[in-house]
Amino acid sequence: MSRQLEFDIFRYNPQDKGSVPHMQTFVLDETENMTLFIALNRLREEQDPGLIFDFCCRAGICGACAMVVNGKPRLACQTKTVDLPSQITLLPLPVYQLIGDLSVDTGSWFREMYQTTESWIHTNKTFDPTALEERMENEVAEQIYELERCIECGCCVAACGTARLRDDFLGAAALNRVARFVVDPRDQRTDRDYFEVIGNDEGIFGCMGLLGCEDVCPKGLPLQNQLGFLRRKMGITAIKEIFRK
Amino acid sequence: MQTYYSDLLVIGAGLAGERVAVEAAQEGFDVTCLSIVPARRSHSSAAQGGMQAALGNCAKGEGDNVDVHFGDTVRGSDWGCDQEVARLFADAAPIEMRRLAHWGVPWNRVVPGKSFYFKGGEKFEKEEKEEKRGLITARSFGGTAKWRTCYTSDGTGHAVMCTMDNRCAELGIDVFDRKEAISLIHDGDKCTGAVVRCLRTGELEVFLSKATAICTGGFGRIYKATTNAVICDGGGHIIAHDTGVVPIGNPEAIQFHPTGIVPTDILVTEGCRGDGGTLLDVNEERFMNIYEPEKAELASRDVVSRWMTHHMREGKGVKSAYGEHLWLDIRHLGDKHISTKLREVDEICHHFLNVDPRKQLIPVRPTQHYTMAGVRTNKDGAVYGLKGLFSAGEAACWDMHGFNRLGGNSLAETVVAGGIIGVKIVEFLKGYETDFKTALVADAVKKQQDRIENLRSGANGKENVYKVREEMQDALMEGCFVFRNDAGLKKCIDTLQGTLEKARNVGLVSDGLGANHELAAALKIEGQVKLGLCIAKAALERTESRGSHNREDYTARDDQNWLNRTLAYWREGADMPELQYEEATPHYEIPPGDRGYGGGTIIEADKAEIEAKTIKK
Ligand SMILES: Cc1cc2nc3c(=O)[nH]c(=O)nc-3n(C[C@H](O)[C@H](O)[C@H](O)COP(=O)(O)OP(=O)(O)OC[C@H]3O[C@@H](n4cnc5c(N)ncnc54)[C@H](O)[C@@H]3O)c2cc1C
Ligand code: SF4
Ligand code: SF4
Ligand code: FES
Repeated sequence: MSRQLEFDIFRYNPQDKGSVPHMQTFVLDETENMTLFIALNRLREEQDPGLIFDFCCRAGICGACAMVVNGKPRLACQTKTVDLPSQITLLPLPVYQLIGDLSVDTGSWFREMYQTTESWIHTNKTFDPTALEERMENEVAEQIYELERCIECGCCVAACGTARLRDDFLGAAALNRVARFVVDPRDQRTDRDYFEVIGNDEGIFGCMGLLGCEDVCPKGLPLQNQLGFLRRKMGITAIKEIFRK
Repeated sequence: MQTYYSDLLVIGAGLAGERVAVEAAQEGFDVTCLSIVPARRSHSSAAQGGMQAALGNCAKGEGDNVDVHFGDTVRGSDWGCDQEVARLFADAAPIEMRRLAHWGVPWNRVVPGKSFYFKGGEKFEKEEKEEKRGLITARSFGGTAKWRTCYTSDGTGHAVMCTMDNRCAELGIDVFDRKEAISLIHDGDKCTGAVVRCLRTGELEVFLSKATAICTGGFGRIYKATTNAVICDGGGHIIAHDTGVVPIGNPEAIQFHPTGIVPTDILVTEGCRGDGGTLLDVNEERFMNIYEPEKAELASRDVVSRWMTHHMREGKGVKSAYGEHLWLDIRHLGDKHISTKLREVDEICHHFLNVDPRKQLIPVRPTQHYTMAGVRTNKDGAVYGLKGLFSAGEAACWDMHGFNRLGGNSLAETVVAGGIIGVKIVEFLKGYETDFKTALVADAVKKQQDRIENLRSGANGKENVYKVREEMQDALMEGCFVFRNDAGLKKCIDTLQGTLEKARNVGLVSDGLGANHELAAALKIEGQVKLGLCIAKAALERTESRGSHNREDYTARDDQNWLNRTLAYWREGADMPELQYEEATPHYEIPPGDRGYGGGTIIEADKAEIEAKTIKK
């Protein structure tokens, strides 16, 4: 006999004047290899077409479907129901603006982050279509890629105590983004340039180092190392800054 | 009503859309991009394998050049492609990969020295040269003569997408997410923007522009089993087709991949079979060696998909709650191989199936994977029928893929075509003036408001959109999948005509307020069924087998009659598409011949005709 799953799902549609935030219970028979992607779609198609949630790739690669599952931020599409008790509570990620039910606006948050961190290669070289590409050691390329694997799901920010307390805190994803450019030899920014962006309490010095972020990152990014790396680097830059004055 | 103006409106912010946007913005034009999801979640980021460009840097790529790449592309297309376009593509690809490196893509690079690689489960040695150290390297992919596929570890699409989106941010391009275009604004002659539904608030908005580009990716989601993201649902094709003057090119050209996992149809790489994995049936017996004694599991995508389907039809499939499937067995490859060379497969098995591929079998079945079909454009990316409308990427039928797309050629197409078509759009914008007629805009908006109102109130009927969608998906899986035949296609068309009627009578169950998904599905269901009918009708008419289009009752490739491209129009008020045909290519660099794989007979075209159209070098 298959299990009966009981879903307690957060409901609130800001666009509906009559809507008030509440929890709603749904019941569903579990099937083999069921993921939360399958379960939520079945709930929407069979029980309540008004249910709002996000999925895109449904394969754990795009970051669209992050939500709080039984207390922990994670990707719903790669969460199997067999790994959960029959009682499942689903909440939207905190920190981000709510769009409705389980859907939050990570898009605006991350766009703002690109502008703050100037998330692009800063170089004064121009591209020459007739020349060979500039060489790079494969090891360096792999190191950059390792940090670029972030899928912007927002789990790390949702799990971060500092980000929940202050909404100007950049968060692990943004700091990791900066680290990605720090290790890239193509980017000509100096430590002082980076210091201006993250050398403050909204940035690296606001991080308490408790690492809720790394524990929940579905891509297993080395956030702890990166935060430590930046803290040391920015600490040194801070001291240099004091002596410059 | 919120109204936005720009020189160029790009609908779709995947790789193709953003590449087009970058080109125009660099020239100083004001560009707006729209996307259903944040740009980086676009399906482009799901591509892991890589993108083809003849750089010839790595040892196994030595001697590669743009001519060899061109040849592979033409043969891959089964001579269905436009050779002028394939040439533009192959020539520009290396430059475009280098440009991406300049913008920040961390391509894997050549590491000098000896190393091993596997082919068909066997171990070989190669040696990379010192003089090539640090240049962009490449890996092997099906259907290519040389190792030509540039990559970044197992996340090429993701890495390139990040870089492209960063470039957009740098250039200050407005990339709006959670905005879905639901109709074009046009007067039957030229296009001046789109009506858009905001997926945050549910409000309608107007985006006016001098030029508009449709870069909305594929439409795999009209099939039940597909590797595509849930947003690959044909929205862009539908709004173009809906104008009545824009044709869908080669709708019957849909690619299927042998190994989507069951139930979620996530792709597991061809590498599993490449490295020696086998396919098993319900009795856990091999079968590919019976059908294809020589190549067995290593035959091309289409061939393997065909035999798998055949075998399941013979009653050898495994029954499951999600339909029938077969097994992929990689147990014998061993722990070391699986946890290093097939890491991504290992993770997929673990995350989505609770299966340890070292000890257990992987449930797989053939799955829709790519749409060569698309909004028909000329070689400049200009869409047939409407001035000011362009298209690029998987959404377009530009047409370098013909009837079969080679692995690694579509991701490359997004940026190469995006660059080429971007330049053409810039040329178009320079010196182009247009006027925005307020009555036309108001009309277009009113039409959408009425549709939404009718869906909400159930004025058209009470059909459930999800049920209608399922009926369409089932019909296509039955009649327009890997195998096609006269009876099956006729039955499919019959069913879909009934489905079309139902699609026109959909009414919402929910209130449709805000970011409501049921409304989004309802707004495109009629257009989706029409796309389905285009596929079925075009497939019925095409009485031959070419590339992925396979007719059990017409197994030969018929160059005498079918060396052409289907154009499917949907005229206003019609219940069936109108099919027209055009020559596949304006000229030949490589006259039609044998592909060198996949077998099959060829009914040859008139020699003199081909001769007359062949370029002499
Ligand atoms: C699992 C998988 C693996 C693949 N691997 C490879 C590979 O290794 N190599 C390779 O060459 N190819 C690969 N492909 C194919 C390749 O990834 C795609 O063809 C390519 O990424 C398509 O890019 P695009 O820019 O055209 O569209 P997409 O990246 O799909 O982007 C479409 C954009 O349009 C937006 N959109 C859609 N409809 C609307 C609308 N109505 N209004 C507004 N916006 C809209 C979406 O939000 C999105 O931003 C793979 C495909 C799959 C499914
Ligand atoms: S380590 Fe820093 S960024 Fe990570 S959760 Fe803690 S405070 Fe937040
Ligand atoms: S760092 Fe990890 S948890 Fe944070 S957004 Fe990126 S992928 Fe998600
Ligand atoms: S839907 Fe893409 S990560 Fe879950």
